[in-house]
Amino acid sequence: MAHIAYREALGQAMSEEMRRDDKVFLMGEEVGFYQGAFKVSRGMLEEFGPMRVIDTPITEAGFTGAGIGAAMVGLRPIIEMMTFNFSILAMDQIINNAAKIRSMSGGQFKVPIVVRGPGGSAARLAAQHSQSLESLYCHIAGLKVIAPSVPKDAKGLLKSAIRDDNPVICFEAQALYGTMGDVPEGDYTIPIGAADVKREGRDVTLIAWSKMLLLCLRAAEQLAQQGIEAEVVDPRTLRPLDMETILNSVRKTHRAVIVEEAWPYGGVSAEISDRITHEALDILDAPIERVTGEDVPIPYAKNLEQAALPSTEKIIHAVKKAMYLE
Amino acid sequence: MTSKQKLPLLEFLRQMTLIRRFEEKAAEMYALGKIAGFCHLYIGEEAVAVGSIAAANPDDYIVTAYRDHGHALARGLEPKRVMAELFGKATGVSKGMGGSMHLFDASRNFMGGYAIVGGHIPLATGIGFAMKYQKKDQVALCFFGEGSVPSGNFHEALNLASLWRLPVVYICENNRFGMGTPVERSSAIYDIAHAARAHDMPFHHVDGMDVIDVYTQMKEIIDGVRSSKRPIFVEARTYRYMGHSMSDPAHGHYRTKAEIDEQKKRDPISTLQKRLLEAKEITPEEVAKMEREIQDIVLESVEFADKSPEPPLSALTEYVYSP
Ligand SMILES: Cc1ncc(C[n+]2csc(CCOP(=O)(O)OP(=O)(O)O)c2C)c(N)n1
Ligand SMILES: [Mg+2]
Repeated sequence: MAHIAYREALGQAMSEEMRRDDKVFLMGEEVGFYQGAFKVSRGMLEEFGPMRVIDTPITEAGFTGAGIGAAMVGLRPIIEMMTFNFSILAMDQIINNAAKIRSMSGGQFKVPIVVRGPGGSAARLAAQHSQSLESLYCHIAGLKVIAPSVPKDAKGLLKSAIRDDNPVICFEAQALYGTMGDVPEGDYTIPIGAADVKREGRDVTLIAWSKMLLLCLRAAEQLAQQGIEAEVVDPRTLRPLDMETILNSVRKTHRAVIVEEAWPYGGVSAEISDRITHEALDILDAPIERVTGEDVPIPYAKNLEQAALPSTEKIIHAVKKAMYLE
Repeated sequence: MTSKQKLPLLEFLRQMTLIRRFEEKAAEMYALGKIAGFCHLYIGEEAVAVGSIAAANPDDYIVTAYRDHGHALARGLEPKRVMAELFGKATGVSKGMGGSMHLFDASRNFMGGYAIVGGHIPLATGIGFAMKYQKKDQVALCFFGEGSVPSGNFHEALNLASLWRLPVVYICENNRFGMGTPVERSSAIYDIAHAARAHDMPFHHVDGMDVIDVYTQMKEIIDGVRSSKRPIFVEARTYRYMGHSMSDPAHGHYRTKAEIDEQKKRDPISTLQKRLLEAKEITPEEVAKMEREIQDIVLESVEFADKSPEPPLSALTEYVYSP
């Protein structure tokens, strides 16, 4: 086991895959000379050269579309979005092209592309730079969506994404890049579509991914001090969802609280909640609780940003509600 | 020279110095944690906003990107309310909702700072359209970095403005870098103004380090747009002294300290100050007095921002929808 940062795990995944397969390349803003806006691609330009680590102009629609075209004729691009807020400019390419080409062509073409970068809020970046957009991409048939929370998952899932023959959207988070964790030595992958139980417990199931997973683990610790044992399930992949692992946990605890940073309306947590209810209504002892960001653009002011985002307090409150303790 | 003597050069000097000192203080406040998030300083580029906005009418519209403190102050937004916005306070120009990148002041036709590169350029086109639609003779000034010139938003917006003959001045602040990428690695054309050619739009170059050149040319350009109702593209060549934002290094992988020092020799403020002193249009005592007055404004701004209350929690939902 090596103890490394989340950003390093992602960098290793990309570099190892690029060594293994010369069709894989990385393209995005500041990924080369600048060593990555968040230093995820540090050292890659030096190792692979400017044909494979490509600095682009600020033209998300153009270079994402170019990546899709290259993927149609055999290359395997990794597209870095400096943040997912800017992927909105490339959504036409991702949704109308990447996600549709295999279907529209009756299976003649595949689009093995990865679009990755940080999503979500960081520290007071205001409305246009703080958005969690997972649900928008999860809505789209033809895409796969991953959102790893720890370095080990980040590396294993990104490697699977690069090897996958479909477009895969990978949500990272600025607040996660510096977090440390153990990562197996050597080549390993984590399958897309497999959830992971990050903490065992008997009283309530907490479901969360990416940065929110860490928040749930913290909440679970505080709950444990009050005698409540929360199980924490990390779906890791948001599309396709591993419902079996989620349902197994809920069958054990009979209560579920789903936490996501994004807005409540049509969120991924609503989808998970619907599926649990549909498949296992009889095993629930309480309505499913959702903790989400508030239904507003994220404000800049410190107090308002705090109020707009999920917190351990909000999670604990939701758990107690699900346990009829409040 | 005689025509230049009539220019309000002292006012230009005052405005540029205010922006410089205001931002130096903002950098200090950022280091103290009073300001957070992204904060992009305009230091080195002051002549562009000051010269251009002085050449416009007070009711001409201004739209700009996230590097917006200079434009806001040049348009006359109150320094203390701009500082309060940077602090995220209720008394800020955007009520603490927007922060550094999103300064707004509807009362001064200051239409906002925007954080998505290129995303605001079509808004200026739309404002121009509204002027034409309502037969008004105001002009829209749109500021953006050279980094947005390759974007689709830029080209779509310029084509519309040219096609529909809209009163918009597109002002590219070419500070040579978009974050760590020099323009020659992001644009196929090095002479950025030639981008306007694709849209049959007239273009001009102004020296963005010389407020007199910016003002005199912009005056003619804006007046021309107002009467001809045709858009114009202006490339202002300028230079950013600081890092891309407060979270980025001033130099490193992409440029050297020596390069920055070389550029500082053309500093818009010291050049103008020297010129005015040499022409005896200002005395050293008057310069010192001006600095003191500006210092007072900046300190008052910080005090005002610091003492102002945070927005009430009700602000979280208050502005999402119009009633
Ligand atoms: C669409 C989009 N992509 C990426 C970014 C991240 N980003 C912010 S500023 C910037 C550089 C912009 O450079 P330029 O337009 O030259 O303006 P300058 O910062 O030099 O004033 C980048 C890449 C963004 N804000 N929006
Ligand atoms: Mg620039």
